[in-house]
Amino acid sequence: MRVPMTEYLVIDLDTERWVCRVCAHDMGDAHDTYKAGALVYDRDPSEIHQPIIDPERYEYTFSPDPNYCRILEYYCPGCATQIEAEYLPPGHPPTIDMLIDVDALRAQWAERGLDAEQVFTYGPGEDAQKYTAELKAAGLVR
Amino acid sequence: MTIMDNRPSTLTPQEQQWVDDFMDETTLFLGPDPEIMRSHSIAERSAHEELAIAAGVDRLQIERIRKRIAGALDEGYEMCEAQGAAPGAKWGDLTTAIYTAAGDVSYLSCHGVIAFSAILHHPIRYIMKYWKDEPTVGIHEGDGFIHNDARYGNVHNTDQSMIMPIMREGQIIAWVAATIHEGENGACEPGGMPSGSETPFDDGLRMSPFKIVERGELRRDLLTFLQHSVRDPKLQLADLKVKITAVRKIMERVDKVIDEVGVDTFVAALRTTVEDVDLEVRRRIKELPDGTYRMDQFMDSTLKENILIKFACKVTVKGDHMTVDLRGTGPEILNRAINSPLCSVKSMMMQAILAFWWPDLPRSTSAMSCIEIISDEGTWADASYDAPMGQSLQASFRGFSAMQALYSRMSFSTPHKYSNVVANWFNQINTFLWGGITQHGDSVGNLCADLNGMPGGAKPFRDGEDAVSPLFCAMADTAEQEVMEEEVPFMQLVSKRLVRDNMGFGKFTGGMGYEMIVASEGTPQWGFMTVTSGAKFSSIYGMYGGYGCGTYPLSMVKGTNVYEHVRQDPSKFDLSIEKVMNERPFEDGRYSTYHMGLQFDIAKDGELYMISQGAGGGYGDPLERDPHAVVRDAELGRVSQKVAQDIFAVVYDPETFRLDVAGTERARAAARAARLERGTPFAQFCEQFVTPEPPKDLLYYGSWGSETSDITATVFTIDGPERVVAPLEELPIVMVPDRREVKIAQLEARIHELESKHGDVAHRKA
Ligand SMILES: [Zn+2]
Repeated sequence: MRVPMTEYLVIDLDTERWVCRVCAHDMGDAHDTYKAGALVYDRDPSEIHQPIIDPERYEYTFSPDPNYCRILEYYCPGCATQIEAEYLPPGHPPTIDMLIDVDALRAQWAERGLDAEQVFTYGPGEDAQKYTAELKAAGLVR
Repeated sequence: MTIMDNRPSTLTPQEQQWVDDFMDETTLFLGPDPEIMRSHSIAERSAHEELAIAAGVDRLQIERIRKRIAGALDEGYEMCEAQGAAPGAKWGDLTTAIYTAAGDVSYLSCHGVIAFSAILHHPIRYIMKYWKDEPTVGIHEGDGFIHNDARYGNVHNTDQSMIMPIMREGQIIAWVAATIHEGENGACEPGGMPSGSETPFDDGLRMSPFKIVERGELRRDLLTFLQHSVRDPKLQLADLKVKITAVRKIMERVDKVIDEVGVDTFVAALRTTVEDVDLEVRRRIKELPDGTYRMDQFMDSTLKENILIKFACKVTVKGDHMTVDLRGTGPEILNRAINSPLCSVKSMMMQAILAFWWPDLPRSTSAMSCIEIISDEGTWADASYDAPMGQSLQASFRGFSAMQALYSRMSFSTPHKYSNVVANWFNQINTFLWGGITQHGDSVGNLCADLNGMPGGAKPFRDGEDAVSPLFCAMADTAEQEVMEEEVPFMQLVSKRLVRDNMGFGKFTGGMGYEMIVASEGTPQWGFMTVTSGAKFSSIYGMYGGYGCGTYPLSMVKGTNVYEHVRQDPSKFDLSIEKVMNERPFEDGRYSTYHMGLQFDIAKDGELYMISQGAGGGYGDPLERDPHAVVRDAELGRVSQKVAQDIFAVVYDPETFRLDVAGTERARAAARAARLERGTPFAQFCEQFVTPEPPKDLLYYGSWGSETSDITATVFTIDGPERVVAPLEELPIVMVPDRREVKIAQLEARIHELESKHGDVAHRKA
């Protein structure tokens, strides 16, 4: 069974691997960080948050200072989906944001007796179900 | 050192009694009690509660009691909102609540600031421990206690509480309290949350819990002392009366309930709510997958100079147990305002839990009670008694953001969710604080309602909302600026105009923030302040491939009166930060930018101060965004064509705003190919990217990575700045030098350099 763990990642309980939800690319050992299976790029933040006032004349411009802040972009090596964007000081070790106890996860779902992907929702609310259904029909969410 | 060889290992009960008596009689000062202050857990059942519950609990009746209490609290809330003199009260920044005798929040008003459900048990426990049996104080029917100091348990020092006991036959059976964000509190700068405080004595009123209402009478002598200690004596009086009236009104309605159902049933109802929530929280934690979840946040400012200080947070879930570990967080900075006591950080974690994790739960202290929180005192998120904490929201709001972001990861797989998956809310109070003499001759100090215009709410199926509400109060209002302008001598020349491209980009975008341009006129003295961070390092991050917010400058045009310019040439009244700063339309003005920590700055007539609200974090990969949504944003001027191309890889005709479907498909395919081209496998990337310590000139505070228990910090020695790496308890005190002295030293060095270069000899005496 596959358990959705983030917008772009599932844990496959049978193989104990992280798997991309978009292209089914193998993203590594589910006991480890999914980041180990990703491609990473060190992005200058001013390319994303572009200056609104003139960077030639002003120190503070609406753009993060590249000497303080970098954006680590994580891509799926299969489909190139950006699965995470992490804001870090230059040189700071990336944060291991999720380490899942896979055996406990398996036991939890065995007890529930449900298929994790079938019962998955983004949460309560008529509007939430309506929007999600519309986007699913248009192929814009999984 | 004296070594006692024959010291007895333990005291006999008699000896212990002597020691206790001696200590009781000779205590000089009853400061914050660590036993009370370190605990966010609910009290044990009291004997009365035990008896009341043992007598049998009728669930339906308890539900009816809860409903009636909720109605009473909401009425009290509305009274404060309608009658409160504080701007914060008018916009809904307040709360009313009912507490058990031990001080646990059993129920909080439906509107208002939920964070208070994790905080006011501290002062009540203090009152019960120290004042109840103190012959010079005591607790009687009709008494009311006031309190503001966060060191005794508060969100921050600008909030003032009125806490009154409900008594029957001489016994305290519950408490009712109203708390309002009052603003002005006599701090070193107007408005109650100074960014410039350098000692705890700069933070304003230091009210430990004390009795200001005695058997129904407001003590005029103490009131006068408080009024004398703040800039706005009228506000201090008016809102004390409002809170007393609201609490009494709530108590009136609660009294009727008690008369009907009896004391025991009422006590059982309060306690049952607390225990129900506690049980339910454990059950909900058990639904989450076991594992560890970690988030590091970096704050770029002391509000006087740029630094980088970490807020570390690791959540561990195992069965029905959750642990939140804040170790690795940077040290307190002993002469800057950003420090927060741990209780305030916890209160904002509670805000995330009750507003964003489990909004369906009754707002009770027990919603966080069973969650273990590990933190070492002496960090900026767990500051010691001696640290200034005027702008403690800097640390406490990071507590909120950590819990909000990590819950999405923890709960994503769960089949039953209690709220929608949501990206990070903006977490800075980008607003103007102000103070001085008004056009009516009053002395005032407070802030603009724009703090409530925080954007947020990007979901996996929907964009976030622009300027929707502050993270701490879903129902708060951004108010009518025009109404405020009748009372204060400045105008918002630009109010609530969205700043293009100021959004958290993603598959779903995070909601945009607007700009504010203010200038004063016609006042003998006026000034503005700003109190936030995030001008060099984004203060919030995106989710699952979405980006965070940008960074926010403070822009100023000084030395010119813009009102005069506009009167002479009304066509100049077309302002935006972008236009003013890039085109410089006022020739005689001095144009400058700063980070967002501006200490009280005297504003001459017509000088411009310009800031922008932030943006909510984006959700998901921007390349997955519906291209039509991007074109719609472009057509509305929400994003520039450059952002549409660079970030979303969407191609359209800028004249007709028609989407180029094939062109967009090509652009997106190329963007994805470029990612695969430039991306490096994680292990290899880390080898290139990770450095053993922070960049040399960066003033960095906190653990460097998660693998170490040491804290990295720059301390300032006689030989200048020096980086140290040590366990928190071994770090020297961190105090930052005065930035003006630093600047003078830099300028002097430059003068010497130029003098020696040009052979110019100047004789200066030391
Ligand atoms: Zn993929």
